[in-house]
Amino acid sequence: MSDIAPGRVVGRPSAGGGGGGGNGAGRLVVQGLGVFLRQREATVLVVTVAMLLYFGISHFSTFVSQANAVDLLSENFAPIAVIAIGEVLLLICGQIDLSVGFIYTFAPFVMYFMVVYYHFPAWLGVIAGLVSGLIAGWVNGFLTVTLGLPSFITTLGTGFVLEGLALTFSHAEPLTPTPAIMSAGKYIGTSPWSQFIWAVVLVAIFHVVLTRTRWGLYTISSGGNLLGAREAGINVGRIVYGNFMITGVLGALVGLQIAFYDSSIDPSAGGYTPMFYSVTAAVIGGTAMLGGSGTILGGALGALVLSTLIDGFDILGISANILPVIFGCAILAAMIANVQLARLRGSGGTL
Amino acid sequence: MTVQEPGADGFSSSPAPDDALRVEHISKRFGAVIALRDVSLHLARGEVLALLGDNGAGKSTLIKIICGFQQPDRGQILVNGQEVTLKSVEQARSLGIDVVYQDLALIPGLSVYHNMFLNRERVRWPLLNNKEMRRVAREHLDEMGVNIPSVNVDVAQLSGGQRQAIAIARAVFEDAKILLLDEPLAAMGAKEGAMILDLVRDLKARGDVSIIIIMHNYAQALEIADRVNLLQQGEVTFDKLARETSYDELIELVVEEYRRAQRERHGAA
Repeated sequence: MSDIAPGRVVGRPSAGGGGGGGNGAGRLVVQGLGVFLRQREATVLVVTVAMLLYFGISHFSTFVSQANAVDLLSENFAPIAVIAIGEVLLLICGQIDLSVGFIYTFAPFVMYFMVVYYHFPAWLGVIAGLVSGLIAGWVNGFLTVTLGLPSFITTLGTGFVLEGLALTFSHAEPLTPTPAIMSAGKYIGTSPWSQFIWAVVLVAIFHVVLTRTRWGLYTISSGGNLLGAREAGINVGRIVYGNFMITGVLGALVGLQIAFYDSSIDPSAGGYTPMFYSVTAAVIGGTAMLGGSGTILGGALGALVLSTLIDGFDILGISANILPVIFGCAILAAMIANVQLARLRGSGGTL
Repeated sequence: MTVQEPGADGFSSSPAPDDALRVEHISKRFGAVIALRDVSLHLARGEVLALLGDNGAGKSTLIKIICGFQQPDRGQILVNGQEVTLKSVEQARSLGIDVVYQDLALIPGLSVYHNMFLNRERVRWPLLNNKEMRRVAREHLDEMGVNIPSVNVDVAQLSGGQRQAIAIARAVFEDAKILLLDEPLAAMGAKEGAMILDLVRDLKARGDVSIIIIMHNYAQALEIADRVNLLQQGEVTFDKLARETSYDELIELVVEEYRRAQRERHGAA
């Protein structure tokens, strides 16, 4: 039955190495493959590599150029991956944040007004923008945890509020950040690779947070077995509050990055699209919508799949109109694969 | 200085010194429904007490009161001879009383060792000390004779019996001295059930854990328990050592109860 570790009791389980101890390279390869395929990220990793290879080989000169790499990794991948971190954490808790795209819209305005009208130094304006995301996340937590609304409704509401505020403050017109503001954005979003570097660092940090810290364990516990987590004495409310606040700050960060990158603070930036892309990335990456499981790395790979598709279609010259069809099919295929693989894992089958 | 008698806290009845738990004259009602009327039971240290009874006899209410989840309307609870007021599950747990429910408190998406250490993780700041937790969990499970392929697997991948075993092992690991098992064999095959019974037997052999086990299967109860209590309509109607009673006697009691209930119903009609 258990092909991971045959025999009675495994003495010292090798870290992540599966059963180990096989004699014969063939068996080791088969075992290794089995372990690999049982990892949640395996399917999406295979798809990602295949797509990158396809575009890399068929359109070598354009796809592998630096300009395209920036397009792909900084402009397309990074925002989805960063917001997906927050969505993965919340989905694992059994929650969702529909408002994060509007936090993204709203935060740059906070920064602008603080600097231009209240004469904050630019760096403090950046922090004020991030804090606005933190506060929005806290409000989402308050409505969901303390007042007991479903997070779907909470964040639907707060999303509209933030959208309306951004439109009102800006009179629905884009603003151009002053040179002082732009100077503060050098390492945040202005230089071509900064968004990508931020994304990689944040993904790495939160991957460790989810897999190697108490916060991560309690996040999984909150979504996996709410009563069990409470019974063990875990303060589930605090975990949900915290993950909403993390998501809020990440949404604000992405908003600021885009504002710096585009040198424009646009009330039509953000919105539902980046949020839905991030949720899509999370789901493609193997995060369960019902909570209890998921990985940050999977979400990042999901983001890479989506951004490669966006970028690759651009290069192929295919109309972007068909993209949502592809995304829709990708979500459904990912879910089918996850459900079926989970069934296999459950039954202990080898594949 | 005079030597204080154990239990010399003003409580009048004289608790046997080796009783881990005494429940005295507990009553509990929910609106018009009397769940427990004047229930008393005792549990000696290292003893396994099987609590039998029909659905609705009050077993679950009794367990919930002993584990601090609900408070009785009347009556006392004594732990190690000391009267205690159990206001919460946490408080009961701090006194060494822990309950393992049918719907287990394990987290399916976490590994066995993370479940064993849930909310008592070993940390090498800022990260979890997984190596240490794996080792200790492995040792503890081996010591208890719990047989699972690896402590690394997610609990979701284990069978019902394995999960039950992990849950019991966790409670003991958390220093439970009075263990309440709420139908640990429900919805379990014979082989899995035997595994849990073995685990309970091993615990009994250790001698430091006292167990109340709620069961439906009288044959299994007689096999595993030192003593058997029967709860009927909120009252303990039967209390005998397992070796002094028999399967037939227990069945006879239940049939009698059923007949009496029928007579009452017909009498009322």
